[in-house]
Amino acid sequence: MKLTNIKYIFLKEVRSFFNSPVAYIVIVVYLAILGWFFVSNLFINNMSTLRTVFEMTPFLLLFFAPAMTMRLISEEKKAGTLELLFTKPIKEYEIVTGKFLAAWVLYFFTLLPTLCYYITITFIGTLDTGTVIGGYLGLMLVGAVFLAVSVFGSALTENQVVAFIVSLFIVFALFMLDKILFYLPITLATILEYISVDYHFSNIARGVIDTRDIIYYISTVSFALFMATSVLQKRRWA
Amino acid sequence: MSILVNNLSKFYGDAKAVDNISFEVHSGEILGFLGPNGAGKTTTMRVITCYLSPSSGSISVEGHDVHSDSLAVRKLVGYLPEQNPLYHDMNVLEYLEYTAQLQGVMPPLIPRRMKQMVEACGLGEMKHKDIGQLSKGYRQRVGLAAAMIHDPKVLILDEPTSGLDPNQIVEIRSLIRDLGKQKTVILSTHILPEVQATCNRVIIINRGKIVADGPIEDLQRSLHGGEKVILEVDVPAGQSFDLISVQIKSIPAVETVSLIDEKNGLKRFSVETSDATDIRKDLYLLCVQKGWGLLELHREQTSLEDIFRQLTSDSTK
Repeated sequence: MKLTNIKYIFLKEVRSFFNSPVAYIVIVVYLAILGWFFVSNLFINNMSTLRTVFEMTPFLLLFFAPAMTMRLISEEKKAGTLELLFTKPIKEYEIVTGKFLAAWVLYFFTLLPTLCYYITITFIGTLDTGTVIGGYLGLMLVGAVFLAVSVFGSALTENQVVAFIVSLFIVFALFMLDKILFYLPITLATILEYISVDYHFSNIARGVIDTRDIIYYISTVSFALFMATSVLQKRRWA
Repeated sequence: MSILVNNLSKFYGDAKAVDNISFEVHSGEILGFLGPNGAGKTTTMRVITCYLSPSSGSISVEGHDVHSDSLAVRKLVGYLPEQNPLYHDMNVLEYLEYTAQLQGVMPPLIPRRMKQMVEACGLGEMKHKDIGQLSKGYRQRVGLAAAMIHDPKVLILDEPTSGLDPNQIVEIRSLIRDLGKQKTVILSTHILPEVQATCNRVIIINRGKIVADGPIEDLQRSLHGGEKVILEVDVPAGQSFDLISVQIKSIPAVETVSLIDEKNGLKRFSVETSDATDIRKDLYLLCVQKGWGLLELHREQTSLEDIFRQLTSDSTK
């Protein structure tokens, strides 16, 4: 494991996010949509809570995560620059991890301005800080899962549209799993509930930080990145 | 021994791209890799650079096996892929820095290496431009600079001069010749004069098999026993090609006579002999005797092109 290699890949990807319109479009559009929902509900509900942020973000992320990551690997496949990376003394998982972390950091900067809502609300009411911290931690973890899965989607193909659709499908399935449970027998339901992203998120968003939930997120992210790495390793034998 | 390729085969599904080839390259050698499209040149290079794994056989670079010690090999090799892929949204210096970092160049040495490469490849004016804005020739230089940024012992260049103008081609070739003094270079090309101009050894590969391997002069000698003479004469009207041909063939060693060109009564022939006899004097005497105006008479060396065509022509059928 060479952290420096991950760092170089990470820095390059962060730079290309912020040197291109990608980062700014993601941030502005996300804030615009979220702001519209946030403001329109705030005074109607008349509750000092960030619930809109925590409820809408995973939903918006279904589309944003695949959009943010779709070019990360597929573009390099298409342009042929992956051949450059593969002939350098770095390992596939270092490439995958660096790129994932870059997307995660972009996501962090997308969430960051929503702290304005937190500041605004502390002026006009009182907020439960515990649920806010839990909510943001949960959002970062849900984002990690969606982004890692989307990095895997991007590794599958050299076509960015295909990468987007495949990733959207997988994250949508992960997101919706716990909403179809009542059709299923109880044993299957508990398994699916465990796999579901939203189930663990709702625990953390309540302010309850349970190691089982944390382990779920870490293992899901690791598995998705491992799958992406395997896809990249396969081409040597193609 | 710098590169050792042993019984290498590579399949893509059922298709055999490289079929049991073996060769070795010494350090300080510039090896030209020739072959028609789809012969297996790029595949062979991709296996040596660890981009693909061999289906069978083994390769070692400076004593490191490409399979079991792949990272060490990748550190030693500088590679310019065929399509010269680059990140179009980076500028030249950013790209060279990124490449140097990934190649494991020690961070304090990176600025110096970048400066040297910018100079060696003539990128001074372009170093702050985005690669996407550069012309194909400059991109090729960027690719070369990146391939050499870590001062590799082995350079593998897949069609290094494609897309360059004639001046740039001459520059890049002399750059490669200079490099070849200390490094091992393998370059592939379609352009035959390029091999003659830069390489001291050539491997011709066809349908995944090596069909010739050796210094260019040796190949020329071994493949063509006879001589080829070009003759241009001004013959009186009315003399047909057949008639002239019979007269030329009366010279003992002549095997075939063919008409290359005919313009304003001037006829241009190619005369081939079965052995190495010099027939120029006989042809001259024949012209004098028949009263033909002799305009041109010269011996043509078997070019690499002829060798190439002889060895690989079956692939077109």
